[in-house]
Amino acid sequence: MKKLMLLGDEALAQGAMDAGMSGCFAYPGTPSTEIMEYIQRSELAAERDIHRTWSSNEKTAVEATVGMSYTGKRTMSCMKHVGLNVAADPFMNSAFVGANGGNLLAVADDPSMHSSQNEQDSRFYAKFAMIPCLEPSNQQEAYDMAFHGFNLSEHFKLPIMIRLTTRLSHSRAGVECREPMPENELKLPEDPNQFMLLPAFSRKKYKALIALQPEMEKASEESPFNWYEEGTDTSLGIIACGLAYNYLKEVFVGKTCPYPILKISQYPLPRTYINRIMAECDKIMVLEEGQPLVEEMIKGYMPNTKIIGRLDGTFSRDGEMNPNKVMVALGLPEGTDAPVPEVVAGRPPALCVGCPHSDSFRALNTAIEPYGPGHVFSDIGCYTLGFMPPYHAINTCLDMGASIPMAKGASAAGLFPAVAVIGDSTFSHSGMTGLLDCIYDKTNIVVIILDNSTTGMTGGQDYTAHNRLEEICMGMGIEKEHIRVITPLSRLHDENVKVIEEEFAYNGVSVIIPRRECVQTLRRKASKKK
Amino acid sequence: MKKDIILAGVGGQGILTIASVIGAAAIEEGLNLKQAEVHGMSQRGGDVQSHLRISDQPIYSDLIPMGRCDVILSVEPMEALRYVPYLSEEGWIITNKTPFKNINNYPEEAALYAEAEKVKNHLLIDADAIAKELGSPRSMNIVILGAASFVLGLNYEGLKTTIAKVFGRKGEAVVNANIAALDAGRKIAADKVK
Repeated sequence: MKKLMLLGDEALAQGAMDAGMSGCFAYPGTPSTEIMEYIQRSELAAERDIHRTWSSNEKTAVEATVGMSYTGKRTMSCMKHVGLNVAADPFMNSAFVGANGGNLLAVADDPSMHSSQNEQDSRFYAKFAMIPCLEPSNQQEAYDMAFHGFNLSEHFKLPIMIRLTTRLSHSRAGVECREPMPENELKLPEDPNQFMLLPAFSRKKYKALIALQPEMEKASEESPFNWYEEGTDTSLGIIACGLAYNYLKEVFVGKTCPYPILKISQYPLPRTYINRIMAECDKIMVLEEGQPLVEEMIKGYMPNTKIIGRLDGTFSRDGEMNPNKVMVALGLPEGTDAPVPEVVAGRPPALCVGCPHSDSFRALNTAIEPYGPGHVFSDIGCYTLGFMPPYHAINTCLDMGASIPMAKGASAAGLFPAVAVIGDSTFSHSGMTGLLDCIYDKTNIVVIILDNSTTGMTGGQDYTAHNRLEEICMGMGIEKEHIRVITPLSRLHDENVKVIEEEFAYNGVSVIIPRRECVQTLRRKASKKK
Repeated sequence: MKKDIILAGVGGQGILTIASVIGAAAIEEGLNLKQAEVHGMSQRGGDVQSHLRISDQPIYSDLIPMGRCDVILSVEPMEALRYVPYLSEEGWIITNKTPFKNINNYPEEAALYAEAEKVKNHLLIDADAIAKELGSPRSMNIVILGAASFVLGLNYEGLKTTIAKVFGRKGEAVVNANIAALDAGRKIAADKVK
C-alpha cells in the first residue's frame, strides 16, 4: 500500500481511478477543478485511457456520465456547487433512470464564498433528488468514499453524490492508497426501460425511488463513515457532519469530549442514531458546514428537544465553520482575542499586470463614455474584476452565460448601447444559446468575447470552443463583417475604440473578439520551454 | 512535537513552494501533516495564505485555530500582520520587509514594522535584498524559509535535501542557488536572534 500526499480533490480522483473508473467528465470551477486536473496528470489514467478531457459545461458532463453508466462502466462528473444548478436537469432525472455502472457526482461547495457567487449547500440537491450523499470529513475518507460510492451506486442502481467543501478540497494530507481495481466490462442495462423517462415509466420509477428510501437509511446506519461516540455528560449531544467533525475533534485534542457525538458522513440521515442521541441527551448541537440541513430535519424528529445550531443563532447562518466557532459554542477558552492590526489594508484580487482584459476594458470605457454608465452586462471569470477600480468597466455579474441574455433583455427595454462582455471559455460553457436568441430576434447588441485562449480564473484549462469562436458565430448566422477580431494592446487603443464605435453604430448583432493570450498561461509555457 | 505554521503572502509570491518544502521535509521525518491552500480568485494578486500543520500526533482540523499558531512565515510585511489573531503568545512572526504594493492605500512601511515589532517574538529581514545579493532574486521565499528554520522543529539537513528534490527538475544551478538562499536566511536569523 502506498501513501500519497493529496488534496481532498486529488484523493477523490485517485480513489475513483483506483476503484476502476473509466471516465471523468467536468467543467472547471473552484474548488472542484483539481479533481480533473489530477486525473489528466495521472499515469494510470493515461495507461487505461480513462476519459479525462473537459466538457463544455456541467450539464453535458453529467449527461455524459449517465451515458457511460448506461454502458455498465464506472464514471464520475465533477463541478462546483453552482455548476450543479447548470446540471440540475440531468441530475434530478438521473435519480429516476438510475445507474448501471457506478455513477458518482462530485460537487465541491464553497462556504464563505472564497471564489463563488453564492454558498448554496449541495446536500439539499441530494435530498431533493432523493439519492444518497457522502460527505467526507478528511482526505482519507474522500479516497475511500470513491470505492464505497461506486459500490453503493451499483447496489442501489442510483447515482451517488459526493459533497466536498473548500477546506477539504484544497487541503493536503497523507492518504493510504489501495491497488487499482480493474474497470467494469461493457454491459448494457438488463432492463431495456431503465433509461427511458416516458411519463408512464417515470411514475413507476418515482414510486420505486420512494420505496428505496428506507433501504438508503439502513445503508447510512451501516455505513463505515457514520458512527456514534459514547459520552459521559448527556446534558448535550453533538451531531457533527463531514468536515465539522474535525473541528469538534480539534477543540478536544489531548482531552476526551464529555458529550456523546454522532458523526455523519453518509445521508439520508441514519434515523436510529438520530433517535438515540436525541433520546439520550437533553439538548442537541448540530455542527454542519453550509446551510442548516440536518438542523431543520431533526427539528421534525422530536419537536421538544432543544436544538443548537445555525437556526437558533448560536452559529451564524452564513459562512464556513472553524474550530474557534466550535470552541465559543461549547464555552471553551478560545485562546486569543487579538484583532487584526488596524494598519493592515484589504488586498482584493485584481487583474494581473499585462492582462489582455485590462486593455479591452480601457478601449470599451473610451468608446462607451459618451453614453454614460450602466450599459455593460458581464459574466463569470477573471474579467469580473473589471468592475473594480481602476476600470469600473462592467455593471453586472449573475451566472455563467447571463451577460448576453441580460443585455438582450435590456436592449429590448430600450437601453442603447447594450453590451455583453463574456470570456471565451464562459461563451463555450453557456454563451451560445443566448447569442442565438439575439440572432433570432435581430437584437441591437454588441457582444464582446474576451479571448485569452484559456479558462483563466481556475488556473488555465482548455475549453471546447477554443480556436473556433469566429466559425461558431458565423455558423450561428452573424454576418462576417460584424465579427471583429482585435488585439487588446495599449498601442492599438485608438484603433480598438474605433472598432467598438463602429459596431455600436450597427443596428443588429455584432461580436467583437479581443484576442491575446492570458499572461499566466504564456508565462507557464515559457518556463516549461526553459 | 506540534508546529502550526501560517504561510502568508500575495498571490504569485511563491508561498506554496515554501509549503511543499516544509511538507516534504516533515513527511521525510515521519510526521503527520495537513496543509490547507487557497486557490481561485485570490490567486489573482489578492492576499493568500496556507495553513500548514505538522505533528507526531493525529491532526484533525485543516485550519489552525486562532491563538494557536506557532509561526507566521510571511514573504510580505503587511500580509504577516493579517494573521496576528492566529498567533499564540509565544508564537513567532518571521517576515520579509519588502512590501508588495498593488493597492493604492498601502500603509507606511515604518508603521508595519512597528506593528510587527509589538509581537514578542519577531524577526524582520530584507529577504529581497539578500536574494538579490546572492544573484537569485526569485529565491526570496527560500531566504525566509531559512530564517524560520530554527523555529520549525525540523532537521536542517533534511530541509536541504528536500530543496534538492523539489528544485531538482530545474537543474543543479537552481538547486544550489536555493540552498545558498536557505543558508543565508538561517545565518541572518542566527545573527539577529541571540
